[in-house]
Parts: sequence; C-alpha cells; structure tokens
Amino acid sequence: MAKLIYSLDGAFLGEFPLEKDRLTIGRRPSNDIHIDNLAISGEHATVSKSGGDVVLEDLESTNGTVVNGKAIKKHVMQHGDVIELGKYQLKFVNEAFLQDKLGTVTAVDYEKTMIIRPGSVHAAPPVPAAPVAEVPAEELTSPPVEAPPAVEQAPAVLPSWARPPSAAAAPAPNATTPAQLPVAHIQVLNGPSTGKELPLIKALTTLGKPGVQVAVLTRRPHGYFVTHVEGDRHPVVNGQSVGAQAHQLNDHDIIEIAGVKMEFYFVGG
Amino acid sequence: MDLTGILEIARLTDVGQKRDHNEDAVAGDVETGLLVLADGMGGYKAGEVASEIAVLTILAELKESLPNQLPGSIDVTSGMQMESVLLRDAVAKANANIYHVSQTQPQCSGMGTTLVVALFTNDRVLVGHIGDSRMYRLRGDDFSQITEDHSLLQEQINFGLITPEQARHSVNKNLVTRALGVDPEVDLELHEYQVLPGDLFLICSDGLTDLVEDEDIYLTLTALNANLEVAAHHLVQLANDNGGNDNISVILARAALPFPAGRSWRKKILNWLK
Repeated sequence: MAKLIYSLDGAFLGEFPLEKDRLTIGRRPSNDIHIDNLAISGEHATVSKSGGDVVLEDLESTNGTVVNGKAIKKHVMQHGDVIELGKYQLKFVNEAFLQDKLGTVTAVDYEKTMIIRPGSVHAAPPVPAAPVAEVPAEELTSPPVEAPPAVEQAPAVLPSWARPPSAAAAPAPNATTPAQLPVAHIQVLNGPSTGKELPLIKALTTLGKPGVQVAVLTRRPHGYFVTHVEGDRHPVVNGQSVGAQAHQLNDHDIIEIAGVKMEFYFVGG
Repeated sequence: MDLTGILEIARLTDVGQKRDHNEDAVAGDVETGLLVLADGMGGYKAGEVASEIAVLTILAELKESLPNQLPGSIDVTSGMQMESVLLRDAVAKANANIYHVSQTQPQCSGMGTTLVVALFTNDRVLVGHIGDSRMYRLRGDDFSQITEDHSLLQEQINFGLITPEQARHSVNKNLVTRALGVDPEVDLELHEYQVLPGDLFLICSDGLTDLVEDEDIYLTLTALNANLEVAAHHLVQLANDNGGNDNISVILARAALPFPAGRSWRKKILNWLK
C-alpha cells in the first residue's frame, strides 16, 4: 500500500494511505487531504491510481504544485517524491517498492536452495510466534555473492512456519495451468480393431505390443509427440520411420506401430 | 560388487529453463553398483564445484575401497552390510574435501550440496542421503518415496504444523536443514533395503519433484518401464514443460536379477579353477 506522509517544515503531522482510487488535496474541508493554508487553492491537486502507477495532477492551482523542487502539471509518483504545497510537504512512500528493495518476494530467489543450520530449527519449539527471533538471519548460510538476498529473505521466509497451518500454504508460484491444447484422438485403420477410437486425454498413452514394439504418445503443452520405447522397429509416421527421437504429430498424421496403422487427429478446436 | 548385466542404469541431468548453468551432478557405475546424485548450492558457480567434488570423491573412494571388501559381511555395530562403513567413509571424505575448498577459496565460501548415494550389494541397497534430493522405489504398483527430506518443510510436516498438501504449495521449498560440505562433520542418514528383481529406483533432485507430481512420476515409470532412457527423458521433459525453474536430474536403476553375495565369489573361484 502506498501512502503520503504529511509534514510541516519536516515535522510529522500525519499520513494518508492511498486507499481510494482518487484523493483530492485542497484548502476546502471537502478535500480528502485538507490543508488549511492560504497558499493552497480550494481544489489544488489530485492523486489518483492509474494501473500500477500513482499520478499527481495539479488542478490549475494559483500557486502551482511542486514535486522535488520542480513545478508540475501531471506527474507519475515515484517512491520518495516530495510534493511541496506552500510550507507543507507530502512525501510519497510506496511500500511495494520498499519490499522489492528488500528483496523479500521475488520468485527467482525462492528457487535457490539454501541451507539452514540444523541447530537453528531444532532450537525453535513448534509453537507459533516464537521461532522468528530464535532463527537469526545470519544462520542462513549463503555465498558472498548472494548474501544480501539470502539474509533479507529471512524475515519473509521464516515467519510463515510460525504462522498457523492455514496461513503457511500459499499458492504455488509455479502452479501449472492446464494446457490449452485441443484434445486429439487416434483411430485404428487396420486389423481386428479397425475403427476403434481412443481419446488422448492422459499425459502418456502407450501403444503397441510389449516385447515386440511399444511407443508412447505424450501430451505436452505445445503438442503431441510419439516416442519409441521398445522393440527393434521404430514408429513410422506417414510412411517414414521417426527413429528413437520424439516426433511431433500433426493433424491427420498416420502412425504405424507393431503393424497397426492409426490416424491422429484433433477434435473440435 | 560387479553388477554388469544385472543392474540397468539410466541417468540424465538438465539445466532446465531458467538457470544458465547446471549445479547438479550425477554418476552411475554398474561395476561397483553405485549411484550418486548431488544438487549443489551457493555462490557464483560454487554450487557446481560442491556437487562435482561430492560425486567424484565418492566414486573414487569407493572404487578404491570396495574391491577389498568381500560382499555379504555384516557390520556388527549397525547390523548393515559391511559396505555401509566404506560408504560412510567416502561421504565423510567428500564432506571434508568440499569444506576444505570452501574454507580456502573465498569464491567458494559457504558452498554445499545435497546428496543421495545408493550402493547395491548382496540383494540389498544401501541408501544414504543429505538434504532434499530424493530416492523413490517402484515395486509392482507400489510407488514410494524412501528418503525423507532434510528440509524445513519436512520438519514442519513432522511437527504437525502443516500437511503434506500444504507443503506442496509452500513458498519455502528451498530451505534444507542438512547439507554436505558446510560443516567440518556431516550426519549421513543411511538405511538398507531389500532389493527384489524388477524393483525400479529413482533418484532425483528437487528440480523434478518441485514441478512434477508424484502421480505423474509414477505414471511415467509405469508406462515407460521398458525403456529407462526414455523414461528419464520424459521425466526431465515434464519438469521443463512445467517451467523448468531449477536444474533437473534423474537416475533410474533396476536390478533385473537377484545378486546375492557369494555368487560372484563362487564364480571367481570357478573361473580360477578352469
């Protein structure tokens, strides 16, 4: 959450969290940020959220709006910007930015395996709330290059094991989404099972005769593949042997495995 | 013991989709019946230094010590096969080597690695592990994880703070509580299991298990049982298709026949008599 810290000549007067999409600044009491000073216009400026940004806009005020010493009409706020209104200042603090700076939550950092000294975990009782202080950040061993993220990660990582069980589970950062691939079928074209259809719903479908020739059809996010598994002969696609490597299938390909011909095709889509 | 013609091994390691180098190291040797997987961590390229030292040291140590050990004897203190002592020694040596380098080379400071090491002998497998790399076994339709991670999450599960399902979605998957080479001494968790002909063992780094559900691993191993190379490729592909956030390594091993102690010994004598 971002906020504006309100001060007069450096003396803290209060703070305004940016809860609403639009805050108004002015001398009239109807303003969200009401500054009772003659240097301020009745409706002086607005602070509004736009996408991920916070935008400050001067409302044609008499004395103008100054950010970091410069008069502005419209300005995209950056963390640390100071809005000057007469003798008053509003400092913009973006906590999301601060968290980024501290390296608390970046997916890539989480993937790096780190070592916790055994003692640090056993020393902490399995009681919520206690362990945070008992596992000092320094106990996370980490190489010099990566030391800053490792140490700063500690506050973000460790409290969660002190939280109640329900809070400990967060959505997996890498949760896999189901592949948006049209479903494919194969239909047998010869032999006793002629006409039989098989939808390829599973990630893996094995075809053929064990001990003679087996191939596997794999459903992957970007398509279907046929791969040789066992036997002296390799799968044949459209009359050509595909060898031992995985081979991507196209709509209406004819696959031949252990003497059985099958047509591969997409349904609907 | 020499398991040529008995033990079939497929191994594969892949950098994945997001990393620019591979910090995993794997090895499999049929002649000694040894499998090693290490997932290194720490520093700019120091992780791969740690995992490589681990694999090379353990291979070299056991290649040297195993030929002097007659298969089939029991270590009375642990009740395990005598080779367990050699395995512990080899892992201790690897730990010392990594620790020494990390103490003397500033760019390697703090490096460490996970480890899974499996040694097949006398119809059994000795399984040692440190950290969050895993070993699974497929026996018939039963697919089970036979190592328990040394990780913060696993400890939370053991304490009853979270359920395994919550653990799957937790963000702190990356915190291991034990690693090889980060302290002067290391505590290797070592167990011994009976091996039945046809048992299929999978050793893998968390690059696989973080992204691929156990059920999909099971399905792959069952469907592609006939070709371990294809099965290994498919597992790596599944992890890559799901994002490939980390390096992905798998070792698959299956003993086709029993390998009791004495058989090779008797064979040696017979060969000698001929």
